Amino acid sequence: MDGSRRGDVLTAEQRIRNFNLNFGPQHPAAHGVLRLVLELDGEVVERCDPHIGLLHRGTEKLMESRTYLQNLPYLDRLDYVAPMNQEHAWCLAIERLTGTEVPRRAQLIRVLYSEIGRILNHLLNVTTQAMDVGALTPPLWGFEEREKLMIFYERACGARLHAAYFRPGGVHQDLPPALLDDILAWAATFPAVLDDIEILLTENRIFKQRNVDIGVVSEEDALNWGFSGVMVRGSGMAWDLRRAQPYECYDEFDFRIPVGRNGDCYDRYLCRMAEMRESTRIITQAVAKLREPAARTDVLARGKVTPPPRAEMKTSMEALIHHFKLYTEGFRVPAGEVYAAVEAPKGEFGVYLVADGTNRPWRAKLRAPGFLHLQAMDHLARGHLLADVAAIIGSLDVVFGEIDR
Amino acid sequence: MTDETRARLADLATHLGERRRDDVVATAIAAGELAVEVAPGRIPAFVEFLRLDRRCRFSTLVDITAVDHPDRSPRFDVVYHFLSMYENQRIRVKAGVREDELVPSITAIHPAAGWFEREVFDMFGILFAGHPDLRRILTDYGFRGHPLRKDFPTTGHVEVRYDEAEKRVVYEPVMLVQDYRPFDFLSPWEGARHILPGDERAGGAR
Repeated sequence: MDGSRRGDVLTAEQRIRNFNLNFGPQHPAAHGVLRLVLELDGEVVERCDPHIGLLHRGTEKLMESRTYLQNLPYLDRLDYVAPMNQEHAWCLAIERLTGTEVPRRAQLIRVLYSEIGRILNHLLNVTTQAMDVGALTPPLWGFEEREKLMIFYERACGARLHAAYFRPGGVHQDLPPALLDDILAWAATFPAVLDDIEILLTENRIFKQRNVDIGVVSEEDALNWGFSGVMVRGSGMAWDLRRAQPYECYDEFDFRIPVGRNGDCYDRYLCRMAEMRESTRIITQAVAKLREPAARTDVLARGKVTPPPRAEMKTSMEALIHHFKLYTEGFRVPAGEVYAAVEAPKGEFGVYLVADGTNRPWRAKLRAPGFLHLQAMDHLARGHLLADVAAIIGSLDVVFGEIDR
Repeated sequence: MTDETRARLADLATHLGERRRDDVVATAIAAGELAVEVAPGRIPAFVEFLRLDRRCRFSTLVDITAVDHPDRSPRFDVVYHFLSMYENQRIRVKAGVREDELVPSITAIHPAAGWFEREVFDMFGILFAGHPDLRRILTDYGFRGHPLRKDFPTTGHVEVRYDEAEKRVVYEPVMLVQDYRPFDFLSPWEGARHILPGDERAGGAR
């Protein structure tokens, strides 16, 4: 165009207009029921308005009319990709209000299963993110490992997903020795699987073209938008609650905190891959510690918040009454408020609990990391191409169970 | 909680009490956490101070929520949680809010407050002054009421189903085939106030 023909009538094909595009709620790259209203200028995103709440189940409202123990399974249904990590925050909140000391064996089991949950989550996220940008093999390989991990879940608590395994005061059942052997054997083989996935992705030209320099998060962005977890670590801040504000016995474990440099989708992918390797190391250490004589303790802090041992119930009337009262009335939590956070795979998952001294919480607020990450979608996607939206959502690691609650 | 963390929190509480004497109504340390009570009108200034002060640097907004106390005046507590990654500390800021009161928005200070304030508006009906886009967020399009208020029934008011005749999703008032049963197992011997028939004649003996 030399400018001389500007006055000419444009044909319909030449006339450019902005498009409003509905992305989802039934779009495979939306990772659940996300509806994005995108304002497009050609292929460039001008505005992005996420509509959430399509999976809203009113968890917080329901929790107000149930006992503390009945509420525990709701936590599984938040981030259903790594359920036990959520239960952990709920248990920590109750334990801090009631002043319960968790026995060492239960602490180690919690660490072990939290890290299994982290690998479950990262495997799903990394591989489906690869699928969003066009690779089909990684999810197949990753889900094979997820399957093995879910069998470890099943062997510990009987459920593959909705575990209800972490209980206030410990964990529900002890682990059989054979399970520890199998977890250890799996942890020895898993790095090779990660190597395989890395061969597929890390230096893959298409994967890099779709992820490098996409969705860049600066340190300032990460603070302004309240990011946590991989979203801050990918931007070069070594912030990890397991290290900064250790809970359970994380301070005994030797692990590194992988940090990205550029804060783009690719660095977050690298962080997640490295975190899986670190988690595998923690798993190995936890199994070793579980076999030490010091860890041969009970798995529940016996007292008012936990049931008596099964065998005792067969002979002791008091134990039977205690069990009955615990599972009908439930235990009381002293009045007060507490905010307990864990480093869930997606970031900081917190529970703000207001107790009024009865057997039910007065108010329970579940602070999901994905809620804040998705909120920044408009900020991150603006100026990117439509195709990058899928890559950014993939690397934000959103799960709608926890965002919509 | 170790003595060291308790001392750090106490230090921070005194620091805030001295520097922001007009804002801080009360401070409390419980369960290893510092809670500061502020008047609702002072929230933006106080949050800005928390973010910028060298001793605080609470640069990450963790959470905003509210708590409903229907029998209390002011009825609501709006609760903010902040985190300082630099000082490795957390703080809780609370403000009592009446039902008809506006809370100033902190979206200008923390952009992350946007969705949190929308959620609190959606769930409790608390309005935030100066919020750029105060729409409902989690509930359905066209939803009425504020679900997390204690006087909102757990069952809700409307239910949806797909109508085969109309070929669309229809909204209807909730029909329960049996009454909603809130199981109350709270022991009558401690805590619960079960008024037995005849108690009223005893003339407030309770």
